[in-house]
Amino acid sequence: MAGLNLLPALIDLVAVLLLALGIKGLSKVSTARSANGLAALAMGLAVLGLLIQQPLSPQAWLWIAIGTTVGGLLGLVTARRVPMTAMPETVALFNGCGGMASLLVALGVALYGSGGSPGLVEQISIVISVFVGAITFSGSIVAMGKLQGWIDTPGWTQSSLRHGVNIALAVACLVGALALPGAMAGSPLWLLVVASSLLGIGVTLPIGGADMPVVISLLNSYSGVAAAAAGFVVGSQLLIVAGAMVGAAGLILTQVMCTAMNRSLVSVLFGGALGGSASVGGGGDEAGYTRITSCSAEECALALEAAERVVFVPGYGLAVAQAQHALRELSKLLEAHGVEVSYAIHPVAGRMPGHMNVLLAEADVPYEQLLEMDTINPEFPRTDVVIVLGANDVVNPDAKSDSSSPLYGMPVLEVDQARQVFVVKRSLGAGYAGIKNALFELPQTAMVFGDAKVVLNGLLSELRSMGAGKKAAA
Amino acid sequence: MSALTQALWVLLLGSLLGLELIGKVPPTLHTPLMSGANAISGITMLASLTLIGQANGQVPLLVLGSLSLGFALFNVVGGFLVTDRMLAMFSRKKTRSGGAR
Repeated sequence: MAGLNLLPALIDLVAVLLLALGIKGLSKVSTARSANGLAALAMGLAVLGLLIQQPLSPQAWLWIAIGTTVGGLLGLVTARRVPMTAMPETVALFNGCGGMASLLVALGVALYGSGGSPGLVEQISIVISVFVGAITFSGSIVAMGKLQGWIDTPGWTQSSLRHGVNIALAVACLVGALALPGAMAGSPLWLLVVASSLLGIGVTLPIGGADMPVVISLLNSYSGVAAAAAGFVVGSQLLIVAGAMVGAAGLILTQVMCTAMNRSLVSVLFGGALGGSASVGGGGDEAGYTRITSCSAEECALALEAAERVVFVPGYGLAVAQAQHALRELSKLLEAHGVEVSYAIHPVAGRMPGHMNVLLAEADVPYEQLLEMDTINPEFPRTDVVIVLGANDVVNPDAKSDSSSPLYGMPVLEVDQARQVFVVKRSLGAGYAGIKNALFELPQTAMVFGDAKVVLNGLLSELRSMGAGKKAAA
Repeated sequence: MSALTQALWVLLLGSLLGLELIGKVPPTLHTPLMSGANAISGITMLASLTLIGQANGQVPLLVLGSLSLGFALFNVVGGFLVTDRMLAMFSRKKTRSGGAR
């Protein structure tokens, strides 16, 4: 009998070890992919260990099969279909569902828990699991909706009214939590569920798009906490370890992102959207710019033709336009002409850290050409042409020089040091931070208005015809 | 009480391990790491399985457990596959540039 009890415990231990090695391996480029597989294997082992331990009735197997088939297939299809540009939203969606799973487990135990009334520890765990699970779910769905552009930032969420609303919701959660032990399946439980869900919405809704990566990372951390709480509810140490590891790892990532944006977590969570909500995602806010030079793709192509060193600065606009392949084509052509090409990657360009790396990797851009901010910034003074593709706030020089700017202090790419800057953008609309960009008015800057993909293809054909003309002349 | 103490120790050590594990990550890997960690947080499917296993034929529990298992597996399967898709781009790059040299 001892042997029978020992086996699942050993499997659990191996699973934890593999999970830890998996998370560690994910932080190195050379090992990341196998580490991901290792973590997946560890999850499989954990399930195996549990199934050995716990004899199941045919009826239970049926329900397991239903849940597994539906959830697994939907996950498979979503993972295959979703475009790389929608990665942040997708992670938010998956994350929300993880939170929902923890919430449902806690509800199940609270409503129909067998074996008499639950003890104090179990009650506390249920409260935490419901609270964190519901916030994770509703917060992640709101984050996804905002990134997809389905949800706008309502005006009232930018006034101090939102603090009142959220405090009221938090008090409601507290009341529900305190009343819960007396009436496990009663109204306090539902008060807690509803108030927590609304709190998740109320906290996430006011946050501007620029800060959304931080929010998703934080919610990712929460879903770990929710899993650990569910571990206390059902008494699984493996679940507690794994949940705690993910919770802690998520916190570290969140901190890293805040540092990159020079924002504190407190100001992200309670400060509201930077610069108000008026122009988030909008394209109409063109007032305030007086000295804009715009130019055609042809002029831009001429400058590229004459350049020796070109730096591309990709941003969210590149992702939206799906222009990464056109960009790669253009840089190949330039390299063939002997131009030195590199890409300046701001840590928070796009909607997630590493978003641009993933996108450019998809287009086969060599690693060595992707330069991080600290590496590329000293290089800008000896750069002939910088082309900014749908990036805005991460190249705003006000962040360095204007202490009244909301961006002040955020590390930016110093593209204003380059000899010539072309900004490819659909309109003069503000970036996600919702503020004006001083770069656009500098004398060395010219705007090329249009969708990034269209402009890049235009540049390609201009350069090709120039090259053809040269050959014909020679 | 000892079971609780043990669980709290597990919680503490797991948290500390998590803090140490990803101290240094290149920005390139932030998105895949977030996505991978997110897939792991779907480990809550163990709780769903436990719930189903202890349902003793109570249909509401079976339904809740199955629903929760579905959500968790969506998280796990989708999360790992999406992470792999992202990382596949990096590793493909590696072998290709390595082969060129």
